Amino acid sequence: MLSRVADSLYWMSRYAERAENIARILDVNLQLMLDLPKLGPEEQKALWEPVLRSTGDHVDYDKHYKETTSDNVIDFLTLNPKNPNSILNCVTTARENARHVREQISLEMWEEINRTYLWMKSQTLKKITRQGPYEFFTQVKNASHLFQGITDGTMTHGEDWDFIQVGKYLERADMTTRILDANDEIFVKRPANKFQTGGTLQWSAILRSCSSHDAYRKFYVAQVEPDKVVEFLILNEFFPRSIRYCAGSLNEALRSISGCKDEHFSNMAEKLTGRLVAELNYSALEDIKTVGMHQYMDEIQIKLNNIGEAIFQTYLFSPPLTVIEEKVEEPKPTSKQSQKQGKSTTGA
Amino acid sequence: MALLDKYQPGDFFDEMFIAEGKVRPHYAALFERFQNLEQEEFEQRRSAVDAAFLRQGITFTVYSDEQGTERIFPFDLMPRIIPASEWTMIEAGLTQRMRALNMFLKDIYSDQRILKEKVIPAEEVLTAKHYRPEMVGVPVPKDIYIHICGSDMVRDREGTYFVLEDNGRCPSGVSYLLENRVAMKRAFPHLFGSAGVRPVDHYTQDLLTVLQYIAPPNGRSTPNVVLLTPGIYNSAYFEHSFLARQMGIQIVEGQDLVVQDKKVYMRTTKGLEQVDTIYRRLDDDFLDPKVFRKDSILGVPGLVEAYRAGNVSLANAIGTGVADDKVVYKFVPDMIKFYLSEEPILANVPTYLASDPKECEYIVNNLQKLVVKAANESGGYGMLVGPASTAAQRAEFKEKILENPRNYIAQPTLNLSRHPSYCDGQFDGRHVDLRPYILCGERISIVPGGLTRVALRKGSLVVNSSQGGGSKDTWVLYGDS
Repeated sequence: MLSRVADSLYWMSRYAERAENIARILDVNLQLMLDLPKLGPEEQKALWEPVLRSTGDHVDYDKHYKETTSDNVIDFLTLNPKNPNSILNCVTTARENARHVREQISLEMWEEINRTYLWMKSQTLKKITRQGPYEFFTQVKNASHLFQGITDGTMTHGEDWDFIQVGKYLERADMTTRILDANDEIFVKRPANKFQTGGTLQWSAILRSCSSHDAYRKFYVAQVEPDKVVEFLILNEFFPRSIRYCAGSLNEALRSISGCKDEHFSNMAEKLTGRLVAELNYSALEDIKTVGMHQYMDEIQIKLNNIGEAIFQTYLFSPPLTVIEEKVEEPKPTSKQSQKQGKSTTGA
Repeated sequence: MALLDKYQPGDFFDEMFIAEGKVRPHYAALFERFQNLEQEEFEQRRSAVDAAFLRQGITFTVYSDEQGTERIFPFDLMPRIIPASEWTMIEAGLTQRMRALNMFLKDIYSDQRILKEKVIPAEEVLTAKHYRPEMVGVPVPKDIYIHICGSDMVRDREGTYFVLEDNGRCPSGVSYLLENRVAMKRAFPHLFGSAGVRPVDHYTQDLLTVLQYIAPPNGRSTPNVVLLTPGIYNSAYFEHSFLARQMGIQIVEGQDLVVQDKKVYMRTTKGLEQVDTIYRRLDDDFLDPKVFRKDSILGVPGLVEAYRAGNVSLANAIGTGVADDKVVYKFVPDMIKFYLSEEPILANVPTYLASDPKECEYIVNNLQKLVVKAANESGGYGMLVGPASTAAQRAEFKEKILENPRNYIAQPTLNLSRHPSYCDGQFDGRHVDLRPYILCGERISIVPGGLTRVALRKGSLVVNSSQGGGSKDTWVLYGDS
């Protein structure tokens, strides 16, 4: 498969997943606010800042808005064309990448991502508010699920599909670390938090933003407790949005691409991923607590970033080849890895 | 009232009507079907088709606004019909033309017999903008230069078919031919069975066969064929990806290819993989910055060298643009006589060359009734339609012609045939042309149909999509009615 094609499939998948995750984070915070007493500007700010940090866009945000209010944050993260990680831009970038590889993906995949794009283009903030943001976020999430389902059901599960999985799980793992990291103070400060009732609500919100509320309940048959939330979202073996599960799936996809056996590696990406998987497999909650949540999430984010960079170097980047006699013209800018990442490494 | 009750064929050759209310026999079945259609129902199908085009991303991008709006090409639901006997003649005529053009290209890039025998003035050919001296003495696989051709044809007031242009470089539009048919079948599923319409969907398979046929002999059982595109911002990108998908081949950009030891490779996740045939949708100028335009970042450095070494085949060959030159066009009937000793089956539009002093005088004195064209422009640019021009435009063209006579030709303004087309809520006559697609491999084949382009602006003679043109599905029938 062409390196450029792999690159586009990978980013198509990452951006589709990112759009979904941003919708999740926004949705949950809005719902959380419904359960809280009417909030003043300071309190609103306190609730939204972690969200902005988790998408890694707080610096950008401050450039465009004076106040941190629900309306502003929704504007910024849904339809703002100036925010590279707004849902609109994520969908546009995913679709643009799909267009690049139009002949590689199935007709159904293309039509679905194109439909989502056309629908996004027709949205306005007014429409979103009128129909209720919940409706909007549900549609974004559903579009992503539909796209992933269509991908699974209509595309050959070969190398191209593997690259889509790589993008999806890397992005998802990254998003989960960001959600946890951005909210890390609630784990540290616990009841001292300014929302007395906010603790449980907030942990529930975090679970819901990862669609893991029901799964959590089923697994622990218990109240929502911060320790267990952390354990579930980082170390659970079977929940498809836990970091451990994502890392495992990423590992599988990478090995499926190279054909390299487990316990061995044929390139840097596999080595780093294998190491992360082993670490997560043999870690317990106590280990996270010893290091500290923020520190732990930071380290995982750095590891995920390094994996992303290694994938790029191994498969996606085409170094200029030296041709005898004359040098080859530099290929077009290829350092997409850093360019497209569009998110700062540390959330906080 | 039925949809076509008020239709006025006017003082033109109308494809569907002999006279007001009198339908040509090969349109009879279609006419009846449309007459039984409520306007509302028709409108519904029309918007369903438009929505489907948008959903599938069969669009082109308008860059005039910042948003980069994507638009669909206007599609007219009333198909154009060609009866079998007419098609047989068109097919024979284009096949003959194709053979002559390929022999001409072989000749001018080797012995130049036709120039030596003064059938065509040598300077007209050698000064053509797209004549490539780099290709002289370079053999091409199977002696085929033009593998894919999209000739433009028009009909005059009497209904006679003329070839207007040959388009032997990178003709586009075939994806619309194929997608229009799909759209029509979806909108009017019952129409096809009874009408006896010849299918078109084997085109991409035939195209792949041609591309494999010309691959250099290298022992690989299945040649590695790729399509080279300028990228997703090219207005024909949809077509490039469509064709690649239909053929199941890779679509590549210049940056995906690299030349080593005069062989072309593509960069894959598993390393370099050799390429045998490149269906390039990139003009000669951009193919290789080492040979042609130095500033081209779309091409592949070293490609021409690999091509000359016979390690990779290109479709179309380099240098076919010389046959597209509108001055050289004038001599195609002479080529047919010279190489094939046959009389041309299809007529050329009479063409005056500004480079000939006598003809030049005639041109500048009769600008009002002529169509003036730049010898190497396409897409409806660089053109003066005399009867529709202003005095200022004519003065401007006169100056341009006298300044650079080699670059201009003129033709009488043809009264192009018209076809009922749905405009502003009713059927009205609009001028049309026809672009059949010819493939030249082991044999010459022409997909039965073509792209009928229609000038949707009332009275306009310019059918190009860049100038407000739309298209129609084109039916070639098994029989004559």
